[in-house]
Amino acid sequence: MRYLPKSASDREAMLKAIGVRSIDDLFAQIPPEYRLNRGLEVPRQMAESEIVDWFRERSRENGDGHATFLGAGAYYHYRPVIIDSLISRGEFLTAYTPYQAEISQGTLQSIFEFQTMISELTGMEVANASMYDGSTAAAEAVMMAVRLTGRRSVVVARSVHPEYREVLSTYAFHQGMPLATVSFKDTGRVDFKELEAAMNSDTACVLIQSPNFFGTIEDVEAIGELAHSKGALLVVAIAEAVSLGIVAPPLSADIIGMEAQSFGVPLGFGGPYCGVIATRETYVRQMPGRLVGQTTDRNGKRGFVLTLATREQHIRREKATSNICTNQALIALMANIFMAVYGKVGLKELAKQNLAKTAYAAQQFGKHGKVLFTGAPRFNEFVVETTEDPYAINARILGHKIVGGLPLKKFYPELGNASLWCCTELTSRSTIDTAVGHVADSERSVRNAKEETPEEVAR
Amino acid sequence: MAYPADFKYTKEHEWIKADGASATIGITTYAQESLGDIVFVDLPKPGTEISAGKTFGSVESVKAVSDLYAPASGTVSEVNADLSTHPEKVNSDAHGAWMLKITLKDKNELNSLLSAADYEKFVSEEGGH
Amino acid sequence: MKHMTRKATRHVNQNEGLIFEKSSAGKAAWKLAPLDVPEVDTRELLGTCERKDLGNLPEVSEIEIIRHFTRLSTWNYAIDLGMYPLGSCTMKYNPRVNEVVSRLDGIANGHPYQPEKVSQGALRIIKTLSDCLLEITGMDAITLQPAAGAHGELTGLLLVRAYHDTKGSARRKILIPDSAHGTNPATAAMVGYAVENLKSNAQGMVDIGALEAQMNEDVAALMLTNPNTLGVFEQDIHKIAQLLHSKGGLLYMDGANMNALVGKVRPGDFGVDVMHLNLHKTFSTPHGGGGPGSGPVAIKKQLEPFLPRPVLASKPDGTLGFDYDRPQSIGRVRSFYGNFGMFVRALAYILANGPDGLSQTTEDAVLNANYIRKGLEGTFDLPYSSPSMHEVVFSDKMQAKKGARTMDLAKRLIDYGFHPYTTAFPLIVPGAMMIEPTESESKEELDLFLEAMRSIAQEVDEDAELVKSAPHTTRVSRLDETAAARKPILRWKPEV
Repeated sequence: MRYLPKSASDREAMLKAIGVRSIDDLFAQIPPEYRLNRGLEVPRQMAESEIVDWFRERSRENGDGHATFLGAGAYYHYRPVIIDSLISRGEFLTAYTPYQAEISQGTLQSIFEFQTMISELTGMEVANASMYDGSTAAAEAVMMAVRLTGRRSVVVARSVHPEYREVLSTYAFHQGMPLATVSFKDTGRVDFKELEAAMNSDTACVLIQSPNFFGTIEDVEAIGELAHSKGALLVVAIAEAVSLGIVAPPLSADIIGMEAQSFGVPLGFGGPYCGVIATRETYVRQMPGRLVGQTTDRNGKRGFVLTLATREQHIRREKATSNICTNQALIALMANIFMAVYGKVGLKELAKQNLAKTAYAAQQFGKHGKVLFTGAPRFNEFVVETTEDPYAINARILGHKIVGGLPLKKFYPELGNASLWCCTELTSRSTIDTAVGHVADSERSVRNAKEETPEEVAR
Repeated sequence: MAYPADFKYTKEHEWIKADGASATIGITTYAQESLGDIVFVDLPKPGTEISAGKTFGSVESVKAVSDLYAPASGTVSEVNADLSTHPEKVNSDAHGAWMLKITLKDKNELNSLLSAADYEKFVSEEGGH
Repeated sequence: MKHMTRKATRHVNQNEGLIFEKSSAGKAAWKLAPLDVPEVDTRELLGTCERKDLGNLPEVSEIEIIRHFTRLSTWNYAIDLGMYPLGSCTMKYNPRVNEVVSRLDGIANGHPYQPEKVSQGALRIIKTLSDCLLEITGMDAITLQPAAGAHGELTGLLLVRAYHDTKGSARRKILIPDSAHGTNPATAAMVGYAVENLKSNAQGMVDIGALEAQMNEDVAALMLTNPNTLGVFEQDIHKIAQLLHSKGGLLYMDGANMNALVGKVRPGDFGVDVMHLNLHKTFSTPHGGGGPGSGPVAIKKQLEPFLPRPVLASKPDGTLGFDYDRPQSIGRVRSFYGNFGMFVRALAYILANGPDGLSQTTEDAVLNANYIRKGLEGTFDLPYSSPSMHEVVFSDKMQAKKGARTMDLAKRLIDYGFHPYTTAFPLIVPGAMMIEPTESESKEELDLFLEAMRSIAQEVDEDAELVKSAPHTTRVSRLDETAAARKPILRWKPEV
């Protein structure tokens, strides 16, 4: 087997040195009644070329070469090529967790830079070295608020990503954390009155997302004021990191649970992504996840180490702030490089392009379908309501190798035939025009009362 | 190693000094030595009730956390704020760097604690490992 | 340096500051394509939500970024450079074909919400990997959703809890051996369980008597690692499983040490009810400096109804899809389907090996660990005489007499060109030195390691100070972790 650096003579020499006759002697500790006496029933060994072919086939079966209007928590942005050039270096790719600081300064310094840039972008004082993804970052941020306030219940906006809410609900159930959900208004923003009514003296925090699942930017300041007036904390989830280039960061937030996937991380059918928690310095000891700190060595030279480890599982064990062990270091490195490439000016320009493409698309769609939630500003996503079932429209658009917006009825049945559309800097005008054309045709056909048989495309 | 004679001690290495109806609590120099460089002291707020034998906070070094066990029951009246910015004082002067002041619930609880001499003996036996 | 080493030599390496220290206004590494839609007035669109200033993000050119990160990378140790003897980490070779296939367009750029019609590739990957992992573990069903080992533990315990709750026998305790990894008790606490420690016996294995005494109807499960963190196979595993099952408890296995078992024995066959795997250990996905990982959870069929939502389903027409209609599901532990990119890599590893390759891999892993054990016996204290599988635990007892502890020996190993072994874990061995070479090490690399370790032992006798103040050849010497924890500096700030 080509990954194993041993010849038969090597193995022989080693067995001899150990003092056993065969390798089976070294497995004698396994009770014979459990030993597997057959080969594993997995596919036969493949040559490298066969492996590549097998996956190429899968790639073809997975919509390669398609344009997409999907967002909803995972965004298709351009990935500068130097990201892969750099992260593919063996010293980054195949390095272990930087517990031995003297021989991990590369990893540690880059995480320190990542923590800095995320702090700058979010307007918070500290950020950690990444969580699994935006959903777990939001859930852990909420649990952090519960620990900090000593209160138990949580109020969540329904305009937070449905899967983030589902994750929170799974975590909360076992921690005895009552969850109350408040709805959104036709502006797309959280219903303020409902929010106020849902809060009480046991409310640890309010969780909102901004821009929210519909792309709408929440009135973070007002919500923050309300939460603080009741002694609760404000937790803000951010799913589209590029928004931070042009949308004011949620400075009223006490804790931010964000997803950094937009910063140079491939869509990859849902993972691995890069969650982050950012917060105020006073809360740092309650923050889960790895943290890198600056210090000096014996000669006064600057260096970096993992710090405040006593929050973590390997020391606190059952009293840890969380059980999290790995972080998403390599993915955070991608984000780090992305932020360095675009930088102060580029990130703003990138965000502006997203804004422009989306504004154009919303305007065009609006001529034929109904664009919802127009009463508040949005970033790069919007919701269109069509007369025809969006699954049917999407089925036709798919024929042009374009994946249409996400039909929302599975998450928000009351929104009927609404779908969520996302435009990034990579969405071309012609793609937008093609999609709009189909929606226009659809509306026209329906108006002409012609029956079209919808091809049900699942989901 | 001199342990102040007017302190009482627990087997978990806390000291307590009674002063009428109140008492001051800290950890012994043996404790700080075992812990190494102390980086953080986690103490309860004034007004909190603590119970003899139960944990009331913790002390952190870089690589370990140690729970603090209440030598006696009472209500926290004062917390040493200096320790939040200078936790190293526990290392340099464990018997002087007090952590909590409490109003005692029952002075008699101190009778079952170790005297300075008993504690010194206990520590020298434990010091074997 | 006192002793010459064959493996490592000092070499000039470059200094590099923080990226912010290279920044100046006007430098750029980016260029966007021109807008093909009308420009917008940001103020008009966003109003008060408009961001005015991006703060201290850097402005640098492309070559500066390339040099910055390349220089940083040269300060890291990595598997590509040499052996990591870290116990229970399974630092094996990360095959490059894994990286290539994960970057194929349809795979790299598939959106998790794209229609099933154009997701058959991803679904086929998930199905094939799932089937392989079930065959390898001997279990009935699996979820790939958890993002890492600890996350898998959390998921596993949530399943345990759902199972007991449904039976109407909500139990409050989890038993955990004192040799266990820290994530085990941390996870149990997160799920709302009380942790009860289970003492190990004189051989470092589960004390059956203690288990008998502590097992009752309030214990939901025992969390076990097998082989345990000493690298020893729990010989009484059938007794352990029986004891648990007889009182209605479940046996949870931490799969961190699967590298000793693949192709030789299957946890499902020796009584495990629920377990997690670490794709970044046993299945070669890269550690990347600390993650991402992936922690699938495999279960016996009685836990199947509780699996996280959605579950993969085969349709009558032969296509694959996701089934969200799971009324008894514990819910979700993360968004989307898991770390899909790691599934691709793990599957590529399995396909590259086939049944024989996987078996041979396990054999070499155990061979290598035993070769090291034999080579260091007598030089270092071996606290437990039980036979080792894929890892071996020594202690610093002999060297401690001269004042050199496991951490010192580990730091000195760095000067010899190796990454340290695992120090001070498992907790049941004071001064532990936990070594797992994996199958990826050649005899040559192992001999260099043995040579280094013996040399260090000799140095302890001749010049203990040299070892206690190691490392001597790294860019930075031992760092002040106390200062880092007392006054944390967690980000760069511009000079005022």
